Amino acid sequence: MPTITFTQSTGEAAEITVEEGTSLMRAAVTNGIEGIVGECGGQAMCATCHIYVRPEFAGQLPEVSDDEDEMLDCTTAERTHASRLGCQIKMSGPLANIVVDVPSDQV
Amino acid sequence: MATNMVERTFIIGAGQAGVQVADSLRAEGYAGEITILNDEAAFPYQRPPLSKDYLAADSAGTALPLRGPDFFASKDITLRPGAAVAVDTAARRVTLADGSTLGYTHLVFATGAANRQLPCPGASLPGVHALRTLDDAQNLQAALANAQRVVVIGAGFIGLEFAAAARSRELEVTVLEFAPRPMGRALSATSSEWFATRHRDEGIDLRLNEGVASIERAGNGLVVESTTGDRYPADLVLYGVGVAPRTELAEAAGLATDNGILVDSGLRTAADGVLAVGDCASFPNAHTGSRTRLESVQNATDHGRHAARSIMGHHTDYAETPWFWSTQGNLRLQIAGISHPDDLPVLLGDPASGKFSIALLRDGVLVAVESVNSAADHIAARKLVGRGIALDPATLTDPGFSLKALAKTSLAVSIPA
Ligand SMILES: Cc1cc2nc3c(=O)[nH]c(=O)nc-3n(C[C@H](O)[C@H](O)[C@H](O)COP(=O)(O)OP(=O)(O)OC[C@H]3O[C@@H](n4cnc5c(N)ncnc54)[C@H](O)[C@@H]3O)c2cc1C
Ligand code: FES
Repeated sequence: MPTITFTQSTGEAAEITVEEGTSLMRAAVTNGIEGIVGECGGQAMCATCHIYVRPEFAGQLPEVSDDEDEMLDCTTAERTHASRLGCQIKMSGPLANIVVDVPSDQV
Repeated sequence: MATNMVERTFIIGAGQAGVQVADSLRAEGYAGEITILNDEAAFPYQRPPLSKDYLAADSAGTALPLRGPDFFASKDITLRPGAAVAVDTAARRVTLADGSTLGYTHLVFATGAANRQLPCPGASLPGVHALRTLDDAQNLQAALANAQRVVVIGAGFIGLEFAAAARSRELEVTVLEFAPRPMGRALSATSSEWFATRHRDEGIDLRLNEGVASIERAGNGLVVESTTGDRYPADLVLYGVGVAPRTELAEAAGLATDNGILVDSGLRTAADGVLAVGDCASFPNAHTGSRTRLESVQNATDHGRHAARSIMGHHTDYAETPWFWSTQGNLRLQIAGISHPDDLPVLLGDPASGKFSIALLRDGVLVAVESVNSAADHIAARKLVGRGIALDPATLTDPGFSLKALAKTSLAVSIPA
């Protein structure tokens, strides 16, 4: 099964194994990854599942929808070109072993 | 308070609000004991997905937890199974269903709300469902797999979310609503009519001005008879006719209630050390100037954070901007602020395009915005409503106007309250 590595701003990293089709937000919340809140349950309504995707995986990501784009404008931590909403990215083959950084602030 | 007593916050209810109180207390540096009482069998979970993703044919069938499995232990929070059956605010003691008692320095009611019962004959027949808990959703998920015809009673948020989920599983769906418009209590006529049209376009038989009269068993299934005398066969009936706050315990403890447990702007009841948060709390609303009780994730989490600050002794007036969302199939509704039927609705954008917002003005001031498939408007609205911004309807309908641009300019200058 594919894995996701969540790296905290402290440098601490957690690798978790997930089933394909699971969103990065659900994987994080279900496994208790600090700093991913997921307050709207994955509806791209709250921006509390903000993550930074490492550049080597950027090309494999689904496109940013208009809704996600707007929500990314109201993240608590600064939006960068690597910013995504964890709930809008579902695990699939090409994303196997993806590495993402968790922002220091979410709410 | 006995001097030898340890500092302890006791939270009744492990829903969105109760768990947030505990989380925020630790984040604020609270050093006392924290116990949350969970009267549901499941580990604390999020409710909103239950009427959305959870009901899809390809659903993972697992609840989305409110926190990770180690959260409570790692924050030194005791998650205790059980239900509270009595509260003695003078002795600062709670009695649980198993007979044990527990003292507190602070007590938080986070008891949520319960579905209103359907007031008609046949309401408790097998095959007639409500939706509030994970148990309910599991039963519905199983029932949907074997259903052909579904009747939904009540075109509120949960009824329509469920109807859209059932329809996307290609079931025959009829929705009965006794009011003339869907979501009529919460939405302006334009938005409400737009949703009615879209749900009908998807093949949902939405029947307005038509309530339920009775439900009967017929063969292996059910028949719903409406107030117009029409009869609708169904394998599954879902009703969503509103909720009532769970105030019974607070009432028995002598606390004041009126459609919710009455709290002040610090979310405190009149009893020393006792607070109430989330769906069960009626609080003074800084935006409307009147008492309000809200059922939303935003309200539950913002209340949770505020109550934690209150317990820590930081007293400020609760004044967060209310916001809410509902996803019905792929239709996305977002509301910022609280509107009143007398507010002046101003349309922004073109409903025919599938994306628009309605700005609601009261005495010329922006008080709420409903956005349909328009996240940008909603995000701007969350920043704009509640700031006393006066707007001319003509400005709003100017083709060059956008809420996003207004939010940028008006937040750059300071706005008088
Ligand atoms: C199906 C569904 C879909 C929703 N969708 C949305 C949405 O899209 N957007 C949105 O903003 N909001 C939505 N909501 C509303 C939102 O989920 C609620 O407003 C929120 O969960 C309220 O949190 P709460 O903690 O106040 O209450 P609850 O989550 O109801 O938690 C209260 C808990 O207290 C327990 N309890 C009660 N009495 C006792 C007692 N005596 N002893 C011990 N425990 C007790 C209850 O069993 C319950 O577990 C939805 C709700 C439902 C049911
Ligand atoms: S969980 Fe709310 S935006 Fe992703």
